[in-house]
Formats: sequence, C-alpha cells, structure tokens
Amino acid sequence: MLTCKDASRLISQRQDRALSVRERLALRMHLALCAGCVRVSEQVDFLRKALARYAGRDGSSDPDR
Amino acid sequence: MPESAGPADSLELDKHRPHLVKFAMAQLRNATYAEDAVQETLVAAIQGAERFAGQSSVRTWLIGILKHKIMDHFRRQSREAPLPDLEDETSLEDLDARFKPDGHFLENPLHAPGADWGNPESTLSQSRFFEVLEECMARLPPNTARVFNMREIMGMETEDICKELGITPTNSWVLLYRARTALRECLQTKWFAGERRAED
Repeated sequence: MLTCKDASRLISQRQDRALSVRERLALRMHLALCAGCVRVSEQVDFLRKALARYAGRDGSSDPDR
Repeated sequence: MPESAGPADSLELDKHRPHLVKFAMAQLRNATYAEDAVQETLVAAIQGAERFAGQSSVRTWLIGILKHKIMDHFRRQSREAPLPDLEDETSLEDLDARFKPDGHFLENPLHAPGADWGNPESTLSQSRFFEVLEECMARLPPNTARVFNMREIMGMETEDICKELGITPTNSWVLLYRARTALRECLQTKWFAGERRAED
C-alpha cells in the first residue's frame, strides 16, 4: 500500500515519465481512498495548465493582454 | 491583432517589450541576460515580420521567438558550467519532512478540504493570477527553476532536459517534484487562501 509520501512523488512523476503498470495501479488505489492526495493531484494538474497558459503553449489567448 | 502579415512597424513590436522582459526575467533571473534575449527577439521579429502569419497574436508569436533565445542562453550556459550546488536541491530530505515518519501528511492546509482550488478556468482568466505565479516562480531555487522552466514553459521532454544539462533522470524528477511542491505551497498562501483572489 502506498503512503501519501510515495503517492505525492508519483503524482509529480507521472507528469514527466510513464509510470509502470504496478505504479499506476498502486496510485489509483491510493487516490480512491485518499482525499488529500486527490487534492494534490488536482493542484499538480492545475499547475501544468497554468504554466502552459503562461507560456502561450495551449493555443489560447494571452493571460494578460 | 493584425488581420494579415505586414511590415514590422504595423505590428508595434516595441509595445510588447515590457511583457517580454518580464517573461525573460522569470526564466533567466538576470536583467542583462533578459534584456539581451529580448533585444535579439525583437531584431529577429523585425527581420521575419513578413513571415508572421497573423494566426496567433503578435505577443504569442514574440514569446515563441523569445523562448528559443532563452533556450540558446541555457545551452551556452550548460556548455560552459555544470549546474551549481545540485545536491542541495536533489535531496529529498526537506521534501519528505512534509510527511510523518509513517508517510502520512502532516497537518497542512494544502490537503485540507479548504484547499479546493475551485474552477481552474476562472482562475486562469485573471491576469493578476499570473503575476502571483511569476512571484512564486521567482522564489524557486536556481536549478529547480531551470529544470521546471525547461519542462513546463519550453515544453521539453525530461529525457532531453537531462541530456542538455547533464543530470540523471532521478535528479530531474526530484527537482520537478520540488518545484511543484513549492509552487503549490506558494500559490495556496499567496493566491488561493488570501484576499488577492477577492480583489479581482
């Protein structure tokens, strides 16, 4: 069973590398039970979105016109 | 936004200079380097003005050029000198200290129900948010910032970043984890928990 510490690392790493099947399953199981890590995951997803917008990489208009 | 391609002066390139300098500063953290990169960008833009297709805004086009100039700078730099004091930032010790010995979260507002960041779109539509994001990025330690910017702003693959900077994949994952952790904490404090959001 993953701890929140392990899960937090994997949540970050899945943005940067393909997790193994075992890691993916373990993370999915952990997220099903842990509201705190679901929030971490949402925040990390949000960061990616925000940075893509900031860098003008998401095809939308500029953040500050 | 121009309707079609035109000569450089109709694009009013200089109008975008302050924004470009801010963007370059966030990556390069040095006023001289930032000014140089922006200058090179504007020169390239003037030379290539007729290639501007008008499909994106002028600013997006300029940022695209600027990113290449920033990358050139990073390449030159990493050829000249390896990343300084890398060990300080690739240690997991302080990151792990955010958890109890059994691996559970310590009490932290970031994981509490109050740390719901709401609708991303409504946050990302506020220009003030991006100023706070810039402030938070400016606080990242140097190596962490370098790797995070290459990954998230330049959109490079981790593999290529490691090759470019001569670091191991494991180190790159720790630096990126460090950046995301620090930015989440900073945004929580300076934006999501504060009044700034209400001001907009």
